[in-house]
Parts: sequence; structure tokens; C-alpha cells
Amino acid sequence: MIDLPFIAVIVLIMLGISAAVLKRNMIKIVMGVSISASGINLLLVALGYREGGVAPIFTNAPAAQMVLPTPQALTLTSIVIDLAVTAMMLSFVILMYKHYGSTDSRKRRLSG
Amino acid sequence: MKGLLIRSLTLVLLFAFLMAAALQLNPFGSPSHTVMDDYYIRNGQAETASNNIVSSVVFDYRGMDTLLEASVLFAAASGVVMVLGRRGKDEKKD
Amino acid sequence: MKRKTDKSMDDGMSIIVKVAAYVLAVPITILGLYIILHGHLTPGGGFPGGAVIATLTVLFLVAAGKEKAKALKKDMISFAGGVGLVMFAFFGFIGTGTTFFYNILANSGSLFGMRIPFGVNPGYMWTAGVIPPMNMAVGLEVAASLSLIALVMFLYTMEDER
Repeated sequence: MIDLPFIAVIVLIMLGISAAVLKRNMIKIVMGVSISASGINLLLVALGYREGGVAPIFTNAPAAQMVLPTPQALTLTSIVIDLAVTAMMLSFVILMYKHYGSTDSRKRRLSG
Repeated sequence: MKGLLIRSLTLVLLFAFLMAAALQLNPFGSPSHTVMDDYYIRNGQAETASNNIVSSVVFDYRGMDTLLEASVLFAAASGVVMVLGRRGKDEKKD
Repeated sequence: MKRKTDKSMDDGMSIIVKVAAYVLAVPITILGLYIILHGHLTPGGGFPGGAVIATLTVLFLVAAGKEKAKALKKDMISFAGGVGLVMFAFFGFIGTGTTFFYNILANSGSLFGMRIPFGVNPGYMWTAGVIPPMNMAVGLEVAASLSLIALVMFLYTMEDER
């Protein structure tokens, strides 16, 4: 059977993609992409867990096995890249709202 | 209405695919193939002389990924300044 | 397209919010610098520390308002971000004798090169070679980029319609 962290990952990714596909407001679409990105980060961290492990830091560490450090390094990079993508999408949403006056994504905008 | 039906059907298919893929993962708490991470934990403190192994992985063993990620962040910031940094109105409706 | 200009943010928020923001700026700066400087001993490093320092700019923009926000210059902040990124690449080039990102200052006895024994220890500050300068460069770059994004978005949405 599937464990609980992976069920949470699937719920987050499905919520994010459903919001990006089914919603009409542009800001809600951006929110959907951001939620889906958070689900991916949770998957990366959950894949590197060892049973009863502690953080891989030697400063006053308790005596136990250490979890894997590599997925945590990849998650740092992933968080920064998701931030960059969200910033660019939001800047385009701001530009479109300022020029056309509405955040509806289904309004026709090419005149002529 | 037909577009909504097609979109919902695609989302249900995607959900079924994700559930089928998650059944093939290892149980939570016992990863497989940890040869590389065991090397990092055993030799990271001796080779890079830092207590934080995640820092030594991010900045020393895999420093190229961090360099490219920092440049992606800088490119995103300069892209936002290029899109939104104009002064005054400059568009003309024709 | 005629729209009413938003005059509610011309002077910022009330006096209580301003005083609280200017008092809270000192602990936030100290926390951010602590997270950056101890990146090789405790969890954190350059990226979360830079994000904490970038919240200073957002705090200033919210409390001070639109007229005073024009005193921040985009050129200086983007120049600081560029300097941070170039310094990070430069620290990679130092150890080119062996390979590209080689940690040449670790275990060497010079500036950042104390030797530490294997195992659990309370952290020593002057260890870890090239990693603390890299943390500082990345912290500067992340703080500059995030505050530049927040500043440009704020000024664009709050400007007047002419």
C-alpha cells in the first residue's frame, strides 16, 4: 500500500494541475502552478528519508543514522527555480491586467 | 460543456496514472542505492572540513548546479525588471 | 482606460506600523546575517539568509508608502546582485589547479582552513575552506534579486495614470 507522504504528494500535484486547467482567473492559474511545484519539492525530500534518522549535520548531533543529504541539495535548487518561474508569470499577469482591465483568461484579446 | 468533460477526463486519467506509479516506489524510510550518500556522510567532514554535509554537497561536490541556479535567479530578476520597469505610458492602440 | 488612482498608499501606513517596522528591522538583519555566516555549521546557508534579508525591503515598502519608495534605486540593487554572482563564480575559479570547484582552502592552515576531528563536535567557525565566502556571495545575490523583484512590482502597480 502507498505510504502517507506519497499520498500527500499525489493530492498536492493533482490539486495544482486541476487548478491550472479548470480555473478561469489568471491569478488562480498561477497559484495552481505554485502548489504543484510545492508537491514536487515534498516528493524530493520524502524520497531521502531513513528510518529513525537525524539531519546530516555534525554539530551536536544525536547518535543515530543520518538521512541522505543529496535530495535536500536538489530541493534547494528546485525551490529557487519555482520562485523564478512564479515571478515571471506574475509579472505577465500584472502587465495584462494593467493594459486590458480584467483578469479573465478567456476574453479575446487580439483585435482585428 | 464538451471541453469541460474532456479536461475532467484527462485529469482523472492523470490521477490514475500517478497512483499506479506511486505503488512502485520503495516503502517510506528505506531508500535503495545509497552508495553515493554513504560516501558523502563518511568522507564529507574530512575532505571539506565543514560540519554541515548538505552545505558541502551544495557548494563543493555539486557546485556547478548551484552556480547555474544562481544565474537562473538573476536572469528572472532582470526579466521582471525588463517587463515591468518602464516609465510612463508607451503603448498606442491602433 | 480610465481608472481611479489609488491614493491610499501615498504616505504609507499609520504611525504604529511605521515605528514597529523600523524597530523590527534590526533583529531581522541580525537573524539574516547569522543564518548566512553560520551556513557551514547549522542548517541554512546563503539562500534562506538572503531571503530573510530581502524581507527588509518588503517591510520598508509596505510601511513607508509610494513617495518614499522612489528613493530606492534600481541600478544600485542590480549592481550589488551582479557583484554577488561574479564573486561566486570567482571563488569557483580559485582551485583550478585540480578541478573547477575544488575546495583549496580546506584543511590547509590558512584563512579558513582549520582541521577538525571526525565525529560530533560543537561547531568551529574558521573551518570549511571556500564554503563561507561562497555563502556570503550567494546571500548578497539572492537578497538583491528578491528585493529588486518586489520593488519593481510595487512601483508598477502603484504608479499614476497619466
